[in-house]
Amino acid sequence: MTPDWLPSPTPDVNAETRAFWESAAHGVFLLKRCQDCDVVIWYPRELCPECGRMNTEWFAASGRGSIYSYTINHRGEGAYKDASPFVVAYVELEEGPRVLTNIVDADLNSLAIGDAVEVVFTGAGEGTALFRFRPVAT
Amino acid sequence: MTIKGKAFIAGAYEHPDRIIPDKSLSQVSAEIVLGALADAGLGLSDVDGLLCAGDTPGFGAISLANYLGLKNLSYLDSTETGGSSYVLHVGHAAMAIAEGKCKVALIVLAGLPRQSGFYGVSHGQPPELGFEEPFGLTIPSGYALAAKRHMYEYGTTSTQLAEIKVAASHHAQYNPNALLQKRVTVEEVLESPMISDPLHRLDCCVITDGGGALVVVAPEIARALVRHCPKVLGHGEAPKYATNGRIDLTFTGAVYSGPRAFAEAGVSVGDIDYASIYDSFTITVLETIEDLGFCEKGQGGRFVEDGTLQAPYGKLPLNTDGGGLCNNHPAFRGGMTKVIEAVRQLRGEANREVQVPDCEIALAHGTGGFLGTRHGSATLILGREDA
Repeated sequence: MTPDWLPSPTPDVNAETRAFWESAAHGVFLLKRCQDCDVVIWYPRELCPECGRMNTEWFAASGRGSIYSYTINHRGEGAYKDASPFVVAYVELEEGPRVLTNIVDADLNSLAIGDAVEVVFTGAGEGTALFRFRPVAT
Repeated sequence: MTIKGKAFIAGAYEHPDRIIPDKSLSQVSAEIVLGALADAGLGLSDVDGLLCAGDTPGFGAISLANYLGLKNLSYLDSTETGGSSYVLHVGHAAMAIAEGKCKVALIVLAGLPRQSGFYGVSHGQPPELGFEEPFGLTIPSGYALAAKRHMYEYGTTSTQLAEIKVAASHHAQYNPNALLQKRVTVEEVLESPMISDPLHRLDCCVITDGGGALVVVAPEIARALVRHCPKVLGHGEAPKYATNGRIDLTFTGAVYSGPRAFAEAGVSVGDIDYASIYDSFTITVLETIEDLGFCEKGQGGRFVEDGTLQAPYGKLPLNTDGGGLCNNHPAFRGGMTKVIEAVRQLRGEANREVQVPDCEIALAHGTGGFLGTRHGSATLILGREDA
């Protein structure tokens, strides 16, 4: 199984991303959508990197996705020095973006690319929370 | 405008040491610079161009020029693209020379990570920081994410990745300066400790002190020097990142930089006699070989089997100094040694057992940064002086 507990370092928050992290602390995964070209944007920013305009709005994402790739990291560093083995993954959200994250509450031996996952939030201090994902029972 | 034939590499020097406990960083830089200039048959007073990257602390090229006492500089370039910087710098030096901005350009890499752990400068908080840093992504785990996805899409195996390390160790046994000189087998790679699944310890490059330097010169200077000066034929560069968060981990920036370099040089993959390809991890080599067109996308695993990469008689002799996987990866940055070994091959000065016979055209490729998130890519094609 993945570890019962993972470190939760406080993320770097700036003026463009504050709403994202504060919503995460309330259990809502926000994404930005371009109001001009309708594309969903990741990582969150004011500028749409597809059309180059600055007309983006937040919306609440589904919190569901699937594993695009993952690795069992046996050599954690920094805050994660004593957390190994733990899972680092890219999860492809239903809305399109592939987000870097951790997989939690999972059997390490049965994880697979393509597995369905859903978001869970872990408090990370200073009014923020980290988004992580756990397998969805099928 | 092209750089083809407008600049030559007159000097190339790799610091012979891999563990340097008792020297300052600038002292090591100076040893490297003097080594490269001596190789070229030039002196500090001849240098009018200086290029360096994030491994040079402080005010980059300015701090280094100050330490070295360079008095005639008319071209400065501190472009930072991680370990690919020095491959890219050869292209920039050639452009500066072609435009008459300088005639003798010095490219420098030095580092002492075994003393300090210093990766290079990082300015402030990049915009992606909050969305990556908190999740325990290490450098190996980012490459592991790429390897895992490549395996999923194309059926690549750990055994195939191990072949790349085996070839590097085959070459390193003939390099008396290599950090790791022992030949290893596929089984030894697979049995080494798992660092980040599916990458084992022996899928990862070494960590070494030291560095290297190159001296790139104008044609009239190359002609006047005794030394064989390989010719710059073409270069390409590009960033690769997650386009609007839709990262594709199965390819590298070589898909952009490679065709630009080949077009400028007017050569194709079939013309390449020797290749130095960035080997921070085995997966870096495998994806890059595909992206440069040495085989079809997804076929890299099969391509590296059966000794393809082993000099002197493999189909694509690769990293004949032992590469970053066995020889040297100074300051966590492998681009410099990639160019240096290509120069050795073109001069016929590689270690005897791995010298490619009649080596006329060589390629050096750098992947600086991280396959798992974003990186700089640079491809350089060199020919013999008479190419």
